[in-house]
Amino acid sequence: MNTESSPVFLHVENLEKSFGGVQALKGLSFKVPQGIIKAIIGPNGAGKTTLFNVITGILPPNGGAIALNGISIEGRKAREIARLGVSRTFQNVEVFGRMTVLENVMVGRHIQSRAGIISTGFRLPGMRREERQIRENAMQHLTFVGLENRATELAGNLPLGEQKLLEVARALATDPKMLLLDEPAGGLNTRETEGLAALIHRILEQGITVVLVEHDMNLVMDISDEIMVMNFGEKIAEGKPKQIKNDPLVIEAYLGEEVDYSDL
Amino acid sequence: MRSSNRKALLGLTLFLILFPVVAMNVTAIGHYLDIMIFVGIYCLINMGLSLLMGYAGQISLGHAAFFGLGAYTSGILCTKFSMSPWLAMVAGVGITGLVAYIVGVPSLKLKGHYLAMATLGFGVIVQIFFNEEVSLTGGPSGFSDIPGLSILGFSLDNDLCYYILVWFLVLLTLIFSLNVIHSRIGRALRSLHDSEVAADAMGVETSRYKIIIFVLSGVYASIAGSLYTHYVGFLSPSSFDFFLSIKLVMMVVVGGMHNIWGALLGTWLLTFLGYEWLHVFRDFDILVYGAILLGVVMFLPDGLVALVPRMSRVWKRG
Amino acid sequence: MTKITLTGQLIQYLFTGVTVGSIYAMVAVGFNIIYNVTDIINFAQGEFVMLGGLIMVFFTVTAKLPLPLAFVLTVAAVTGVGVLMERFTINPLKNASVLTMIIVTIAVSILFKGIAMFVWGKDPYIFPPFSGSKPLFFYGAAIQTQALWVLFMTAVMVVLMTIFYKKTRYGKAMLACADNPEAARLVGIKVNIMILISFALSAAIGAVAGAVITPISLMEYDRGALLALKGFGAAVLGGLGSFYGAVVAGIFLGIIESMCAGLVSSGYKDAVALILLLLVLYVRPSGLFGNVEASKIKEF
Repeated sequence: MNTESSPVFLHVENLEKSFGGVQALKGLSFKVPQGIIKAIIGPNGAGKTTLFNVITGILPPNGGAIALNGISIEGRKAREIARLGVSRTFQNVEVFGRMTVLENVMVGRHIQSRAGIISTGFRLPGMRREERQIRENAMQHLTFVGLENRATELAGNLPLGEQKLLEVARALATDPKMLLLDEPAGGLNTRETEGLAALIHRILEQGITVVLVEHDMNLVMDISDEIMVMNFGEKIAEGKPKQIKNDPLVIEAYLGEEVDYSDL
Repeated sequence: MRSSNRKALLGLTLFLILFPVVAMNVTAIGHYLDIMIFVGIYCLINMGLSLLMGYAGQISLGHAAFFGLGAYTSGILCTKFSMSPWLAMVAGVGITGLVAYIVGVPSLKLKGHYLAMATLGFGVIVQIFFNEEVSLTGGPSGFSDIPGLSILGFSLDNDLCYYILVWFLVLLTLIFSLNVIHSRIGRALRSLHDSEVAADAMGVETSRYKIIIFVLSGVYASIAGSLYTHYVGFLSPSSFDFFLSIKLVMMVVVGGMHNIWGALLGTWLLTFLGYEWLHVFRDFDILVYGAILLGVVMFLPDGLVALVPRMSRVWKRG
Repeated sequence: MTKITLTGQLIQYLFTGVTVGSIYAMVAVGFNIIYNVTDIINFAQGEFVMLGGLIMVFFTVTAKLPLPLAFVLTVAAVTGVGVLMERFTINPLKNASVLTMIIVTIAVSILFKGIAMFVWGKDPYIFPPFSGSKPLFFYGAAIQTQALWVLFMTAVMVVLMTIFYKKTRYGKAMLACADNPEAARLVGIKVNIMILISFALSAAIGAVAGAVITPISLMEYDRGALLALKGFGAAVLGGLGSFYGAVVAGIFLGIIESMCAGLVSSGYKDAVALILLLLVLYVRPSGLFGNVEASKIKEF
């Protein structure tokens, strides 16, 4: 895909975030064009998850700007950002363990539905119709990730791999324009990872921009249109997979890490 | 609605139909009908508390105040302004809902112990108000001669009619609450329990739903207050003191706060204990209450309702 | 002439306020001692004061023991109650939720209240003041000698607690627990023991408060809740967890209440303290004297 010509969807400029004395993000700037898969890689502690948390409004930034389609979102609340079309999964899975798998995805439909306390309490016709749509839509997303047979089980009882898929389905149910995946392949076996790659491609085909943080280099090199490399809260390289493979700075950053960089 | 809820609802309705038939024909328990009316009134309040504690994860130690606001609004409007009782009940709902909103917005930003203390403080302030605004409330001695209720000129002045009215409203409220629990609002509330960060990321407006449930529970309590007023025909601040707030929480916890059926069970049990079965203990009922509450929290944290599936399993096994 | 009486009246109110406020201060300090180590607000804190007063009545009036002995026995008895409470209700519920802990301490407070009613009934009790009932006159204000005892005991409590926290091993260990329980555990402090001590200390201070205030204000079985609520108000006003903040805020609350009762309306005097509590919680939950940054208030 020719990424230069697509309009920019996410624009991050000079982003700063510190915890106490530790600077997790040091003036980070980058762009994500619409409709691509962008991977963010880097050693542990590089600030990747912090970046996700700041973009999705879970943590407020200390400085800098974030714009979605030209709308500035830095410092806004997580729920507002969700309504602007950003959804995500979590590195340490955060499924609603005591709710069923289907109900988990139905929570994802929350912002796409509006029934209030009166119409739900009395089950007014509008609410019934909406509830039916929520259920059907959630079921479609479960089918999309391949969990349709698990719908009535408690989410907390699923194995890790399926919980990760459930998070993807839940995030997709919000009808996002951009999906942030935080280490989606972590803890998956080879076969599951292959399935994941196909799934990410299918997500892209729906017109959703995908940004992922990932350690599995095979997966990253295989599916990404662009890669950004971070270390110590800074961007040290950015470009197409081929360029990144040969970047001396990247190789240096990974030298101290136990990552399989022979693939690079 | 889920089939388990539907079955329970059917069972409850059957019980409610059979109860007066039995109670009115057995002299020894003839007055149980009267107690059941109070059970129903407290059930109304406690369904709201159950939503608030068990589903929204918040605590209120001031719900007697909402109960009192409903009761006093009904009483004052009917006696001093000769308003129709039904209209007064609606006015009570409006006033109580508004107060609950005004108190709820800042209070629900607080967590845990702070919320408990804030609601407790609010409850005591309202009780002081009932005591001190003598011209309006009659002060510590209260006021009486509050008219009863009637529907289309048909007086509900006997126990059976009032029993039917109260429990009809309880059933309606129960269905309303169950519908809320199994809707996007109920799912949003339950999701908060499991992962607040994921709920946030899904766009769930955490604080908004806490406030909605708080106001809803205030409205339930207000309706209960109006029903109470017209039943007993007499009001005084001591009926709405902070110990009642504590007792209400206790009923919910003893029954099982994570389940609205638990609130009904706890209310039924503790009200009968208080009005009838604890008479042997006379003034020492507080001691027994404390012991029951402590025992349940320590050894049965999910309340008595948690015993039901266990018992039915044993029963099925033979 | 009228001016002098007004001054006298003001002094009277001020003095009453400081006296009552000292009791709030002691309840607030009791809250803080437990809160610092456990993050629990003990709803039974007011019951310690109630028990202190009533047990003191038992030892002085019923058992006719000499005052100092009765006092020591009272404090010991209530401390024992605090220890039992911790062992049988707090200790077994280690990882319970905040909601559960609130309900547990409420249950214990109901239990204490019930026991007190069982033993003493519903009537208020009194025993003679420590140094006779003849008041002192001061600028036209009549001051009960017992009030001076209240102030003296509060001062003693402040001094002893300061020494405890600053000089003793246990006191320092308790501060460490308050600061960072994990780190405290790592350096070998037995957090369990610290929690036990915090309940014992807190109960002891409650007992002292109850024992000195009863000759002035009488004591009955259901006094605990309101005392706890106002003591909590003082603790929040002073910044929850802050020892000196609690003392200052308690006395401040007492003065405001007494001035309001004297100059505005006695009926609403209880409401004043509570409205103040709500306002502080809503507007500045770190307390009037607390540090906003250090406030943990909205975190648990």
